[in-house]
Amino acid sequence: MKIGILVNEGPFTHQASDSAYHFTKAAVEKGHQVLRVFFYYDGVNNANKLSEPQFDDRNLVKMWGELAADHGIDLVVCVAAALRRGIKDDILADGFRISGLGQLIELGMAADRTVVFGD
Amino acid sequence: MGEQNSVDFDTEGVKKNFLFVNRKAPYGTIYALEVLEMILISAAFEQNAVIAFIDDGVFQIQKGQDTTATGMKNFSKTYGIVAMEKEDADEDDDIDMVWRIVVEKESMEARGLTPTDLILDVEVLPSTELADLMAVQDVVFSG
Repeated sequence: MKIGILVNEGPFTHQASDSAYHFTKAAVEKGHQVLRVFFYYDGVNNANKLSEPQFDDRNLVKMWGELAADHGIDLVVCVAAALRRGIKDDILADGFRISGLGQLIELGMAADRTVVFGD
Repeated sequence: MGEQNSVDFDTEGVKKNFLFVNRKAPYGTIYALEVLEMILISAAFEQNAVIAFIDDGVFQIQKGQDTTATGMKNFSKTYGIVAMEKEDADEDDDIDMVWRIVVEKESMEARGLTPTDLILDVEVLPSTELADLMAVQDVVFSG
């Protein structure tokens, strides 16, 4: 199945990004195709490479990047949501790219299922 | 910037039913504003859309919003563009999309509002009918 993922919350205040990460990983490992993970609202904070969690906590920014590298997953951060939160190319973590909201609508059009993670 | 996996999709001729669910008050959190941005972008892709207002989301389209005291940007006028897109979709034969603007009856009444209090022309649907409408959508975004 072709799956699209939307992440609507940042990596710490909510568990949404963790759930999205585990869902994405499980889907790919089951042989599904994750067409793109789109980050919107505070979800754009998942792409901030300046994020430094405590040493004994998971590092979602890095985990998303590794997942993207391992499975060739397209991680897209919404430009409008990113700019107002200070997420720009110079602090963008590996694996992420910044693009327009149109990429989310296209994802909804191309995917068999679009799964949304957020409150 | 490091490695990226940019992909392009072939969406030529694809027509899906999108549902945008507005659940939150217009101010206090950013969800209302950013759902509105999603709705406006989607118009460019000529997809069918239901724009639904439920719970405190009904307040997003209440007339007479004044944000002066809070210093927040009053973006309620932007819903006028949603109305315009719907009007174009309804009247222009070259635009192949159907847009519906829907308010959940129970949410509206619980807040003491009637359609005349709203800045958009809406269809008022009871929650059971809205549930049926939700069940036939392809893509559901909410905020």
